[in-house]
Amino acid sequence: MKRTMCGIALLAGLATATPAFAQVSLVGEWSPRYHEDQPDRIPGPELGDYTGLPITDGARLSADSWDASRLTLREHQCKVHNGPYILHGPIQFRLWEEKDPRTQQVSALRMYLNTYEQERTIWMDGRPHPPEFAPHTWQGFSTGKWDGDILTVTTTHIKQEWIRRNGVPNSEKSSMVEHFIKHGTIMTHLEIWTDPVYLAEPLIRSEDFVLNERTGGNWLWPCEYVDEIVDRPHSVVPHYLPGHSPFAGDFAYRYGVPVEAANGGAETTYPEYQARLRTLPKPVKPAAGK
Amino acid sequence: MTTHTKLMAAIAMAGAVGFAARVYTQAPAAASIESLRVGGNVYMLVGAGGNIAVQTGDEGVLVVDTGLAQNAPAVLAAIKKLSDKPIRWVLNTHFHADHTGGNEALSKAGSKTNGQPAEVLAHENVLTRLSAPAGRGGAAPTALWPTDTYSTDEKDIYFNGEAVMLYNEPKAHTDGDSIIFFRKSDVVVAGDTFVTTSYPFIDQANGGSIQGEINALNRILDLAVPAHEQEGGTFVIPGHGRICDEADVLEYRDMVTIIRDRIADMVKRKLTIDQVKAAKPTLDYDLHYGSTTGFVTTAGFIEAVYKDLSNPQGKPRVR
Repeated sequence: MKRTMCGIALLAGLATATPAFAQVSLVGEWSPRYHEDQPDRIPGPELGDYTGLPITDGARLSADSWDASRLTLREHQCKVHNGPYILHGPIQFRLWEEKDPRTQQVSALRMYLNTYEQERTIWMDGRPHPPEFAPHTWQGFSTGKWDGDILTVTTTHIKQEWIRRNGVPNSEKSSMVEHFIKHGTIMTHLEIWTDPVYLAEPLIRSEDFVLNERTGGNWLWPCEYVDEIVDRPHSVVPHYLPGHSPFAGDFAYRYGVPVEAANGGAETTYPEYQARLRTLPKPVKPAAGK
Repeated sequence: MTTHTKLMAAIAMAGAVGFAARVYTQAPAAASIESLRVGGNVYMLVGAGGNIAVQTGDEGVLVVDTGLAQNAPAVLAAIKKLSDKPIRWVLNTHFHADHTGGNEALSKAGSKTNGQPAEVLAHENVLTRLSAPAGRGGAAPTALWPTDTYSTDEKDIYFNGEAVMLYNEPKAHTDGDSIIFFRKSDVVVAGDTFVTTSYPFIDQANGGSIQGEINALNRILDLAVPAHEQEGGTFVIPGHGRICDEADVLEYRDMVTIIRDRIADMVKRKLTIDQVKAAKPTLDYDLHYGSTTGFVTTAGFIEAVYKDLSNPQGKPRVR
């Protein structure tokens, strides 16, 4: 009888301990593989390339108005990429677990993102997200939970930055759901980016990362602004008036992409759009220096 | 309609039929007040009307703006949770009722060291507007008026071990705006020169202007110093909306400036106001800040900017 009770107790103990000890570990140094969307992620997109983005008309106007000289403004110079953008960009990251010393339950996953020395916390202790009046950060506020072996993370309180590095903005109303899926030494990261201001439908994209045996490769970011254009009034904000960007139409013409497709939008992200694409006129050479 | 636009609608209605009577005596039920620590000894209270800043310390409590009158008991209860010291100072960022409605209650609930009600300090045009709103007949009750005013570009006081700076930005949201900077806690209180919930309300009837508004936003950028990665550092409490830092104010400043530039170009090309509206100069920001109802509508903002740029006489200059 005693042995039976001991056995039951042992089984019960193992059962309750299982979630803490059988979970997939994502700990380590991870490097991306850029076989997906390489031109967008490494050299960077061309001006006017909104292909594949389910953007709103407002996002397109904002991007067409964007002048890269805006980055010369002192307050823009030291900005970093936000959470939804950076895992699709050039990056390596280190991930480690923070555990409650008494229960050994994971209370948080910490990430060091080597691009711009960013740090990110994914809370695993069930805490709620902050109130809507709390500050926003580049990485936002993240909480995670395991769905089997898939880590699902929800992020809110994200700062405004961009969806694509050519002026397509995201808004501070953005939120993101991510899935981290590990297969041995490969990890697939899937993100679903929602933005009621600049995305007509959620933007879904994925990346693969490989576990590094060697560490290093940190990109330090001791940024200090300078006045890059000394005689410019402080209050000037570089931008193009609607219809006056000298780059309008360049991308579509250079690559032979119909203007409608280059402009992006939800419709252009679906496979059915390929049929329509074949019916669209080829782009004409834009008038230079509008 | 957002909370902010409801409040502004209340202000507009009050202005139309008698400022004091409507805004200060007829009110919806009191709101629940949420408190968040911003930086140092400064907290933000949300839910009373306009945002309220509270600084606490050994010398007592300093309050920036007081919300709508009917919410004063809830505001006092929220302040009591932060400090059991008396309210010594009340500062107003501007005269609108959602920022000054609780002046009387908070001042009387507090006290100066001589036992008199706590001082209410604001730019002199706050007193001018509350005592006799231009062209609107009646004045607000005297108990709501500032008891101390300043007419210079700057004013400063030292309280609870830190300098508290008041900067007047001429003809911005109104003609009596103060941007208030807690120098040690590193917190800026913007009043309605900066909000996160709508386009800026340019109160032209009370001296506001688009260039003054942009100058005010640039002043906030000058005061704010971000920490590493252009994040945090100085925090900014907007008149309405969430706690921000320099990067957030920057995006708002960029937005207002870009829209100003677009409409200025249209004014230069002699487009009519209807043509300007049809051209949708705010399209890229409308899903964030735009509204077709309430007081701060997209159309109203475009009209205010157009009117201002069409008649630039007496408006602040670009800095």
